[in-house]
Amino acid sequence: MHDTLRSNDWAQPAAVAIPKGGFFPDKIEQGRYGPIFPKTPACYGFSIIAKIIPGTEENFYQYARNIETAVAGKSDVLAVLKLHYLRWNLFEIKGDTYFQYMGIFDTDFDKYTEDAVAIFAATGLNTVFENLEGFPKDWKTNAAAFIKFVRDHHRPSFLEYGEYPYVSADEVKKALKLKAAFGHMLDYMQ
Amino acid sequence: MLELDDIQHFLMARPHAMVARYEFLSFKQPAGGRAWVGGIIDKVGVASVVRAASETESRWVTVAFTWNGLRALGVDEDSLASFPDEFRQGMVARAEVLGDTGQNDPANWVDGTASPELHAIAILFARDIPERERCRAEHGQFLAQCPGVEVISSLDLEATPPFEYAHDHFGYRDRLSLPAIEGLGGDVPTPGSGHPLKPGEFFLGYPDENGPTNGLPKPEILSRNGSFVAYRRLEEHVGKFRDFLKQHGETPGEQELIAAKLMGRWRSGAPLVLAPEKDDPELGADRQRNNNFDYGKMDPHGYAAPLGSHIRRMNPRDTAANMNRRRMIRRGGTYGPALPEGAPDDGVERGIASFVGCASLIRQFEFAQNVWVNDKNFHELGNERDPIIGTQDGTLEYKIPKRPIRKKITGLPSFTSVRGGAYFFLPGLKALRWLAALGESQPTN
Repeated sequence: MHDTLRSNDWAQPAAVAIPKGGFFPDKIEQGRYGPIFPKTPACYGFSIIAKIIPGTEENFYQYARNIETAVAGKSDVLAVLKLHYLRWNLFEIKGDTYFQYMGIFDTDFDKYTEDAVAIFAATGLNTVFENLEGFPKDWKTNAAAFIKFVRDHHRPSFLEYGEYPYVSADEVKKALKLKAAFGHMLDYMQ
Repeated sequence: MLELDDIQHFLMARPHAMVARYEFLSFKQPAGGRAWVGGIIDKVGVASVVRAASETESRWVTVAFTWNGLRALGVDEDSLASFPDEFRQGMVARAEVLGDTGQNDPANWVDGTASPELHAIAILFARDIPERERCRAEHGQFLAQCPGVEVISSLDLEATPPFEYAHDHFGYRDRLSLPAIEGLGGDVPTPGSGHPLKPGEFFLGYPDENGPTNGLPKPEILSRNGSFVAYRRLEEHVGKFRDFLKQHGETPGEQELIAAKLMGRWRSGAPLVLAPEKDDPELGADRQRNNNFDYGKMDPHGYAAPLGSHIRRMNPRDTAANMNRRRMIRRGGTYGPALPEGAPDDGVERGIASFVGCASLIRQFEFAQNVWVNDKNFHELGNERDPIIGTQDGTLEYKIPKRPIRKKITGLPSFTSVRGGAYFFLPGLKALRWLAALGESQPTN
C-alpha cells in the first residue's frame, strides 16, 4: 500500500497509525545499526527526548544562535541530513529540564548517520548534544556510541499524517522551481 | 610510517599474477589450524617484498580468517568480543542489510561460504596456469600434514580474453578508480582520484581521515596492520545481459550505448561524462584522463552518466558527503570460461570473485552495499537499484535522462547473482605468528 501511495497519490492526504514500539511487525527492514523505523506519509520522523545536564540551559540558546548563523552563512550546511524540518524544545518535568529534538527527514536515520556525525563534528554544531545526560564523550571518533545514544533516546510516534504524503523536500523544491520557470516563460511570451 | 614489512600485500600491491586460486578452509582442530598458519607464513607476501618483486616472482599467498576462524584457532573470548559486531555476525547474518535476499539469499550460495564452518581463505597467486597447478598440489600436500584442516571449496581465477587489459565477462574495463594511500611513496593519484587517503581508512592501527583511531580489536599485536575484507562471488549472466542490449538497441552502436548507460562508462573504460556521444577507447585506456571528471558541475542531471548508473552509485565523487570515509580497495578477478560473442548462454557459471578491503565493514562496505547499491531512492530515483550489482526482483526500473524525454526501462532483470560471500580479517605478519603460537607463551607486542 505504501509504495503505491508514494509513487502515485501525493495529492491524497494520508494518515497512518503506527503500532506500539514504532514498527509494523510484518515489514521491519534491517538497517546497518538496527531495525529501521518505517516511512510514513510524513516521511521519516525522528524525536529525541533527553534530560539536559543541570546548569547547561543557556548553551542550548547559544546553540540556536550558532545554527542560525551557520545556515545563514552556508545554506547547504545541513543538506546531508536530507531534512524537511527541525524543531528544538526545552521543557521541565518535576524540576528537571528536558530537551526535545524533532525532525522530518527524507531518509531513514540509519543510512547517512555517519555523515551527520561528520557534519556536526566539522561545523561545531555538536554542542547541544554534549549537554545531554549520558551522551558519549568520544562521539566524534565513535559513531557507534553516538548512534546508540540517539536510538536509545528516540521516541517513535504512533500516528503520522501527511497533507502531501511521501513527497521529498527535493520534489517540493523541484515543483516550486518548475512553477517559477513556467512563470518566467509566460513573462517572455508577453 | 606504514609498516610495509608487516602488512600483507593484498590491498597494497598487486603481484605479477595472471591467475589465482581461492581455497576456503575449515579448521576441525585448533592445533591443526595453527600448524597451517605457522607453516604458510613464509609464503605470505608482504607489501614491501611484493612491491619490489620482479615480474618472474609471482608465487605469493594471502591468508585471512573469519571470526569463527579466529575462534577455531583458539583466540580468547575477550579478544573475539573486541571485534566489530558486523564482523562477529558475519556476512550471512547481515544478508538483509546487504540486499542478499531472493535469488541472492545465502541459502542459494554454492561454495560453502555461508557455513559457520568457514574459517579461512588462502589465495594462491601464480604467473600462469601450470604454476598455479603446481602451487595447488604443493598446498594440498601441506594441508595433508595439518590435522583437521579441510578444504570446503575452491575457485580458480583467470583473466578473460582479450588479455590486453582487465575486464569482466560483460566486457567492461576494470580497475579504473582506486584510492591512493598516503605514505606509500611513488604512488601519485591519477587526475580525478582525489588526494591520497590516510592509511587508517584501510589498515588498522593508523590515523584515518578523522584522525587517530580507537576501539580497535585486542590485543594490538593481532589487529595492527590488519584489514577487514568482504568477499563477494558474483555470477554474471552474460547471455541475459547481451539479450537485454539487443532488446534495447537496434544497432551495435545503440547496444554499446545502452551498456555504457548502465555502467556510466563505455566498455572501453571511457567515462560518459567525458565522452557522452561516442566511445573513445584511447580515452578509456589513458589513466591520466579516464578518471578526471566530476558529476556536480559536469553532469548534474545525468544526461551523460545516468544518476543511477553503476559508477555514479559506487563512487558519487563530488555529489556525496564525506566521500573519503567511504572509499574501499577492491581486489579480485574473473572466474569461469569466457562466453564467445554471439554464442548462446551455455549455463556455465562465470563471474567476478572480488574482495573489498577497508578498516570498517559497517562504515565502508556495508554503507556502499546498503545505500549506494540498493537504496531504491538513491539520488531521488524512486524505484531503482544499481543496474549491475543491485538486488533486482523484476519490479524495478532504470531511467536514462535524455532531452526532451527520458528513457525509462521497466522490469530491469538481474545481470548478476551473489553465489558466495564472507567477511574476513586479513592480519599482518606479526599477527599471523601470534595466531600460530596461540597456546604457547605469547609475545605481547
